[in-house]
Amino acid sequence: MSLGVLPASRGISEEAPFAAEQEAAAITPVGSPETRKTFASNNPSLWFMKDLGWKLLCFAIVFACWEVVGRAHWNLAFPPISSVAVALAKMAINGELAHAYASTLPPLALGVSLASIVGTFAGVVMGLFRPAEIIFYPFFVLLQTAPMAALVPLITVVLGVGIAAKMLAVVALSMPIVALNCYKGIRDTNPSLIDMCRSLTGSRMQEITKIILPSASGMMFAGLRLSVSGGFVGVVLAELLITPTGIGDLISYNSSVAHYPEMYAAIISIIAFATITLTVLQMIERQFTGVRGPYRGRQRKERI
Amino acid sequence: MMSVDASAIVKVSEVSLRYPNGTEALNGVSLDVPKGELVTLLGPSGCGKTSLLKIIAGLLQPSSGEIRINDRISRAPGPDRALVFQDFALMPWATVLRNVAFGLELRGLSRASRQAEAKRYIAEVGLAGSEYKYPHELSGGMRQRAGLARALAVNAEVLMMDEPFSAVDEQMRRKLQEDLLDLLRRERKTVIFVTHSIEEAVYLSDRIVLLSRNPGRVMRVVKPGFRRDTNESDIRRDPRYQDIIDDIWTSLKGYLN
Amino acid sequence: MKVSFKTAISLAIWAATWEIAGRYFGNDFFPPLSAIIRADVDLLSLPTFWAALGNTAHSFGIGIALAVIVGVPLGVLIGCSEVADKLSNTWINIFISAPLTAVVPALIPLLGIGEATVIATVFLFSVWIIVLDTQAGIRRVGASLVDMSKVFGATRRQRFFLILLPGALPEILTGIRLGVVRGIKGVIIGQIIVSLLGFGAMFQDFLQGFSMTRFWGLIAIVFLLSFVLVELVAVIERRVEFYAPSR
Repeated sequence: MSLGVLPASRGISEEAPFAAEQEAAAITPVGSPETRKTFASNNPSLWFMKDLGWKLLCFAIVFACWEVVGRAHWNLAFPPISSVAVALAKMAINGELAHAYASTLPPLALGVSLASIVGTFAGVVMGLFRPAEIIFYPFFVLLQTAPMAALVPLITVVLGVGIAAKMLAVVALSMPIVALNCYKGIRDTNPSLIDMCRSLTGSRMQEITKIILPSASGMMFAGLRLSVSGGFVGVVLAELLITPTGIGDLISYNSSVAHYPEMYAAIISIIAFATITLTVLQMIERQFTGVRGPYRGRQRKERI
Repeated sequence: MMSVDASAIVKVSEVSLRYPNGTEALNGVSLDVPKGELVTLLGPSGCGKTSLLKIIAGLLQPSSGEIRINDRISRAPGPDRALVFQDFALMPWATVLRNVAFGLELRGLSRASRQAEAKRYIAEVGLAGSEYKYPHELSGGMRQRAGLARALAVNAEVLMMDEPFSAVDEQMRRKLQEDLLDLLRRERKTVIFVTHSIEEAVYLSDRIVLLSRNPGRVMRVVKPGFRRDTNESDIRRDPRYQDIIDDIWTSLKGYLN
Repeated sequence: MKVSFKTAISLAIWAATWEIAGRYFGNDFFPPLSAIIRADVDLLSLPTFWAALGNTAHSFGIGIALAVIVGVPLGVLIGCSEVADKLSNTWINIFISAPLTAVVPALIPLLGIGEATVIATVFLFSVWIIVLDTQAGIRRVGASLVDMSKVFGATRRQRFFLILLPGALPEILTGIRLGVVRGIKGVIIGQIIVSLLGFGAMFQDFLQGFSMTRFWGLIAIVFLLSFVLVELVAVIERRVEFYAPSR
């Protein structure tokens, strides 16, 4: 049984609960030289190509099972993947999908942008100024932990069924994590680096711009990526519940008229879309921040 | 090349190790460890000394060559060998008592007898009173004493120590070295010691095996000859002490590039 | 749960702000804090509230229990076996950040408009993070601890129960805590979409009947309950934390 050892960074906490899970998911194991594999670890930019064969195999297995179960007519509401694929193609060609996404994506993008700006600002302010932290931090922790989904019906009652309601749902479900990640990133700045800056007579402003923010950038980017994830949930939930537009509506409509292949096709499309978006964001994030995160003390010694 | 020693308890024969990515860590290493001696593997980083120790311990398989313990070929860990780790390898969720008794616990000894054994060795390494503490409550030196007690408690013939004092501060390190010599006077073990400190090697060893790197090979064997004859507090004052250190340093310096 | 001085100040400020804003700037949609507190007291006396609470707790409890029972062993398997890891890695990464809300409508025709769907939603929302964190925990166990156990003669079974599981426990508990957070979202979302049961249904009722104070009162109670529940898990997690850094 070979066990790799993850780099030491136990960033799991209430405040930024998703940060470490994403780290754990993204980092490939670093073993001792005796066990390190060759290809992907020597080409880190191709991390998503690692074990491409295995990835294809795992898709193949699941799709094969789906097909078999679907054809066994266990339940009318569980069609085989072949009919889902056909429905997907049909909806893509006749423009239904495009029409739905034209309604879903704008509030998502706008909402996430708004949440990022406000959340980053709030997080940075909380991180740098104690009074702000004392007042706002419990608020954001509550928002992150609590089921904000309960407020979505209220949002639609208050704001109607248009783009504003969707945007607010997106903001509600994505802002807290941005703020919390920014806060945590700033808080986690290595005190040695700050001491170093002060000993070289750096001003507070230089401290912030040259040490704290770069050090926090890793967590901040991760927070933005997680907020997109939350935003998808917000917009889908809003659309499922009320608005007669968008991909959520496509799902619930097809469900109500029992067009199950179409319903599954819509579901798969949004999940695939979300996954691809988040993967792209992860690639961008890696480009910008490399594997550099906040320096967290003594690195594991290499030993032979 | 060392001459074959009839009373060698550990025989390493033509051991080579190649990593999956192709680099050769060890090439044709042969050495004998006579019973009751403290033999040190000394060399710069990357010479494969820890890998060699792991091979002898049975944690790693060599690409070629064999290890014999008491003239029997050995490929896996066994009750004849115990290991003391550089990072202590103490279970942080267990008390010192449980940690020291762990080897006995794995063998199935009853709780009463293994705790009694463990307490004996805890006292012997100077940790009496800390039985119910957790590792995070102990200093580095105390943790390593616990690691040593655990290795002693299983009564193995061969004790292997992988840079055991390098994660500890300098003063504690000297104390541990002195205490180790004192303990070995009482316990009569064969010890294979890995270090990159020349000073430590000369202080502690009956013989020092110098390893080169890229790939790791036996360069030289040096016999300081202090451990038996001299009192541990006088070793560093002996005029030959510094000479031997300088001699070894000259040999190793050439390989540091 | 220790309430520090700072948190108390923060709460006091928020309470005051809410009260003032509610009185002077609020409309029917945003009542002041005092009205909400009165509504809460009111709610606690309603038998329908307790029925909804029981229903929600039941669905949530079963869903989370299933997620732990399935998730932890699966995480262990993936942590120990490279093959299992490679096969499931992609799926776990997809489901952990995908909008699983979209899947709930697919569950309804399969499992009916009832508790089964809600339980399945809770399970789906929370199992992935439990699997992932369990795997991370298993991998976190230091190679030297495993080596140590091999040196002293541990069998595979002993290695697993005496070294891997205790070593992975901090991460497993973190995964469970995060799973609880997601599971709470799952139970609420499930109930809102199914809208026949539990708190989800109550929320809809209050909204449709425009009983805003009751709506906010219920929100306050649900938020408070979820916070308390997460804290409970965090307490257990903290008891084990003392050995997390030094593995």
